[in-house]
Amino acid sequence: MTGFRTLLYKEVLRFWKVSFQTIAAPVLTALMYLLIFSHVLAGHVRVYDSIGYAAFLVPGLVMMAILQNAFANSSSSLIQSKVTGNIIFMLLPPLSYGEFWLAYVLAAVIRGLVVGLGVLLVTLFWDTPLLVAPLWIIVFALLGGAILGTLGIIAGVWADHYDQLAAFQNFIIVPLTFLSGVFYSIHSLPPFWQALSHWNPVFYMIDGFRYGFFGISDVSPWLSLMVTGTSFVLLAGLTLAMLKSGYKLRS
Amino acid sequence: MHPAIRISSVTKRFGATLALAGIDLEIAQGEFFGLLGPNGAGKTTLISALAGLVRVDSGSLQVMGHDVQSAYRSARRLLGVVPQELVFDPFFTVRETLRMQSGYFGIRNNNAWIEEVIEALDLGDKAAASMRTLSGGMKRRVLVAQALVHRPPVIVLDEPTAGVDVELRQTLWHFIRRLNGEGHTIVLTTHYLEEAESYCERIAMLKQGRIVALDTTANLLRQFSVHRLRLRLAAGGELPVALRARAVEEAGSWVLSFADFAEVEALLATLREAGCPISEINIGQPELEEAFLAVMQRDA
Repeated sequence: MTGFRTLLYKEVLRFWKVSFQTIAAPVLTALMYLLIFSHVLAGHVRVYDSIGYAAFLVPGLVMMAILQNAFANSSSSLIQSKVTGNIIFMLLPPLSYGEFWLAYVLAAVIRGLVVGLGVLLVTLFWDTPLLVAPLWIIVFALLGGAILGTLGIIAGVWADHYDQLAAFQNFIIVPLTFLSGVFYSIHSLPPFWQALSHWNPVFYMIDGFRYGFFGISDVSPWLSLMVTGTSFVLLAGLTLAMLKSGYKLRS
Repeated sequence: MHPAIRISSVTKRFGATLALAGIDLEIAQGEFFGLLGPNGAGKTTLISALAGLVRVDSGSLQVMGHDVQSAYRSARRLLGVVPQELVFDPFFTVRETLRMQSGYFGIRNNNAWIEEVIEALDLGDKAAASMRTLSGGMKRRVLVAQALVHRPPVIVLDEPTAGVDVELRQTLWHFIRRLNGEGHTIVLTTHYLEEAESYCERIAMLKQGRIVALDTTANLLRQFSVHRLRLRLAAGGELPVALRARAVEEAGSWVLSFADFAEVEALLATLREAGCPISEINIGQPELEEAFLAVMQRDA
């Protein structure tokens, strides 16, 4: 376990050493979203009768920060290691592919949670969201971070260049997170887009996460848990198989 | 006792290129072994296969009796590799880098040995410096230190002195010889053949993925290289006709090749009898470079 713990420590230390870029910057970005959207749309949009728009926005922004930063952590670390060649230091030691996966995913979850907590703390000055069911919040935060951390490993291992990784992020991760009900309830969408949203697993992560705050959601939190949990198991299985095969890491 | 390294019928193909074409090789524990060959001969592929970075198409590789695939954990713990590329992680200091590398190998509380390696490789002044601030030579020292943090009994150095200054070379070779003296097996690849000649007891020469020569350094020199007698004649002197056929003129001197020192007396006698005036004479040792070129040309 020492090898796994060391890799986890290294991955956490890596983002901690540049925390201005990896923690402060995304917190500021989320705050900008809150400032602009809550100012522009407050009074125009009312998603749930009992909840103001700014309060509605906060859990979505927190979860979006968790997801995007979890993905960024594992993917950027791996692509940097591959491009600079220092991935060899993780491939020469007797680390198993399971330890490798777990260390990168846990570090991604930790960064996601740190940024998410940062966003939550700064938004507390705006509009304090409720905490109706904290256990749901924790479960969806962990699962969401783990899923995106795992996706980050897939992207980081697959990409040979930074532009390939940027394409993965901009054409897959960003649309999935933005079109998932962060800024709106899917009930406000036309039927086609509503139906399409149900195929987006990120929608379930955010909806379930938001349920933990307000006790209200677009779909049942149990359905969200099932979709999110299944997504995690499938992606984890795929990633472990990929790492075991040595795809793009051991030629 | 298992050999330090056993490579059996290993083949590896990258697309249309046959990088390893059936390699069989055994390196005994405690040997200082050289792996030589031109660029593209398969040296780095063979080392990568040994380290588990490349998966071979057929055959097997063992480190101290442990298969590098089926018993990869044991095999990797016993092997230290200094990669050819000058790679580093810019986020960390030298000491952090070494402590983490030790941790990856499952070793905690390894600070005493890490500090010893830092001192031995003259990295003490830079131990707290960020990797990104180091010169190329210093980064190379850290690479060597990283390969040694887990005290592997088998150490593979893939061109460790490429592009480094004389001071580092001396520091490095002093330390590597010390480790070899303590029983560590050393496998070296280098383009500096004088280094291989000085340090390696046995040498394998690779060409196009095959071993084309494998013997002790002394035997290779004996077999493929010659001693040279270099003569500079005094003004008016002429080389005896009897020696002309075997002499080559180089930069105003005559060079006579011979395989055994017993021939020297006969050569000098011929010169003496002909009354040939000599202003300068010296005898050159056989060189591995010559043996290397002879082997490569033989198998062209």
